[in-house]
Amino acid sequence: MAVSNIVQSVNETLRTEMRRNGNIVLLGEDIGKAGGVFRATAGLLNEFGPERVIDTPIAEDGIIGTAIGMAINGLEPVVEIQFLDFIYPGFNQIVSELAKLRYRSGGHCTAHVVIRAPSGGGIKGGLYHSQSTEAYFTHTPGLYVAAPSTPTDTMGLLRTAMRGSDPVMFLEPKRVYRTVKEELPSEEEFTIPFGKAKVVQEGTDVTLVSWAAMVHTCKAAAELASKENISVELIDLRTLMPFDIETVLASVKKTGRVVVAHEATKISGFGGELAAQIAERAIDSLEAPIVRLGGFDTPFPYALENTYLPSPERVLRSIRKAASY
Amino acid sequence: MEEKSRPQTAELDQIVEMLQVIRADGDFDPKVEPDLSHEDLLKMHRFMLTVRRFNEKGMSLQRQGRIGFFMESIGQEACQIGMSYTLSPIDWAFPSYRDPGTCLVQGVPLSALFDQIMGNSADEAHGRSMPVHWGFSEWKIVSLSSPIGSKLLHAVGVAYAAKFRGEKSVALASFGEGATSQGEFHAAMNFAGVWKTPVVFFCENNQYAISLPVRRQTASESIAIKAEAYGFEGVQIDGNDILAVYKATKSAVDKARSGGGPTLIEAITYRMGGHSTSDDPNVYRSAEEVELWKKRDPIARFAAYLVKKGILSEQDNERYMKEIDAEIAQVVKEREAIPQPASSTLFTDVYSEMPWHLREEAEEFMRDEGDGGKGEG
Repeated sequence: MAVSNIVQSVNETLRTEMRRNGNIVLLGEDIGKAGGVFRATAGLLNEFGPERVIDTPIAEDGIIGTAIGMAINGLEPVVEIQFLDFIYPGFNQIVSELAKLRYRSGGHCTAHVVIRAPSGGGIKGGLYHSQSTEAYFTHTPGLYVAAPSTPTDTMGLLRTAMRGSDPVMFLEPKRVYRTVKEELPSEEEFTIPFGKAKVVQEGTDVTLVSWAAMVHTCKAAAELASKENISVELIDLRTLMPFDIETVLASVKKTGRVVVAHEATKISGFGGELAAQIAERAIDSLEAPIVRLGGFDTPFPYALENTYLPSPERVLRSIRKAASY
Repeated sequence: MEEKSRPQTAELDQIVEMLQVIRADGDFDPKVEPDLSHEDLLKMHRFMLTVRRFNEKGMSLQRQGRIGFFMESIGQEACQIGMSYTLSPIDWAFPSYRDPGTCLVQGVPLSALFDQIMGNSADEAHGRSMPVHWGFSEWKIVSLSSPIGSKLLHAVGVAYAAKFRGEKSVALASFGEGATSQGEFHAAMNFAGVWKTPVVFFCENNQYAISLPVRRQTASESIAIKAEAYGFEGVQIDGNDILAVYKATKSAVDKARSGGGPTLIEAITYRMGGHSTSDDPNVYRSAEEVELWKKRDPIARFAAYLVKKGILSEQDNERYMKEIDAEIAQVVKEREAIPQPASSTLFTDVYSEMPWHLREEAEEFMRDEGDGGKGEG
């Protein structure tokens, strides 16, 4: 069987879902003939035509706002925002409109819009092609937030997003778009529920929680730790809203030590929420302070991008800190 | 800096291009009268009277502390009724908070409007939105938020979906001139122009966005002219002339329905009251200006026209007012007796199903405080 990367997984999932559901339309910049700047929609214009694969003017408020209107009137749009960093012109549409429509209408008016956006750094993208801003969205009631790290999880979670009825921020790990490859499940009913974390590897000394591209950095760090005889249990949250607190707590109760690692800036990052949840629910199990590791609290730099991004060595230092306390 | 003259205040009657059917004194131009039956004309008049009374009642309920907030639309009744009267039940409306008349014309009962402004348990949105931030799903009136301009994009999207399925429905979105400064206005015009969606943008240029006069809102010679830049037609009309409003909107709706794409209508009108119950307009505009616009009252003008045409008598008019007042008094009495929403409704409709963290919050709150026996539904 052929293996697929994450971009191919997105493409395959969009294609199979669009074949299955005629109400699905795609909107985004350069998603038609060009197939998207990352080629995630390659070939879809040919198969589904310009009314379902809509190359839009360059305006994120326009893309997201019109997608909301389409969804109010029965379509199921999947929006591609070229880079998560470009989403801010559409932020009002997401926060004031998309997230609140169901609530403010008493459930009578809803908009099932899935917003896909490549997220995170590591592609030499500088300040504006690198940010991880998931916390803006987890801080907004009414949105679900997915942040997968593998082709299979991308497929399973994107299907769940597209078959549901709630707005979803679907954040794709662009740094590993093409580097992580695996065989995809072939059955069209393969889905992964939101709110179920994956234990990537079991361990006994330190719980390491992460998501998106950082999971792969954490895997490398766990391997380094094993050489120092520290056994790391690595958890990939996969979705941040809802987040799987049970899996995290079960692990913390076993290890008593936790590191939460993400690419996003540390202050007010989602790691802070996780740390607070763990402290509220399992402080008696903790044998060390919770260690948070994030990107630095600076804008995302171009030349020093690999210094900014937490490296396996930096994650390892956090693991040591938790283990040695 | 020299300010260009523009269609507002004193100059209104000198605008030559602006569509007008009835002049301020009720005299009219039979060549441009729209084709409406006497029954329709009287219904439109009655709707305008109802909207005025609804506004007066809303203001008085707020001043008495019986509702928390209100935004009146006195002076803009011709816009609300004239534009909405062109719609059919398959059409979508995106009224602003100053368009209770659109809700009434589309069929929303007065009782539902009062449920909304009272935020009681009969309100379909469980009292979650501020007064006059309506949405009435049964009548395709899409729930309104407070940031202005954002809904214009939804109207374009709704219209796209209708066109996508080959349906003949049209989306009508109304907004103030202040909204035209928002980026989302530009995006909506641009997308509608590119996609040629069946949408009508109806700008009620009421001269003020809270305190800012229109000449400080845009340096453009009009709002209507902006449509040209997006590749479709913009028209300027007398917004206090219900027949001009009806005629221009009907033509735009018909065009949209038959595949001709969007239109931007700019209706010149005036907000007689403050922006909201929290505003004092006397600090930013003169009494003389308000007096001038009182003489252009859209209801008095239409009544004069109807009397001149022999369709309405003074007695009919008085009878209408009495009937409307009695109806509103009865509705207010009934709706005020309805309890506030149950506390449990605080937690529902955030998502299609309640996620665990919200269920946990709801259960803890209900266990600790419950409903206190206050709410229902």
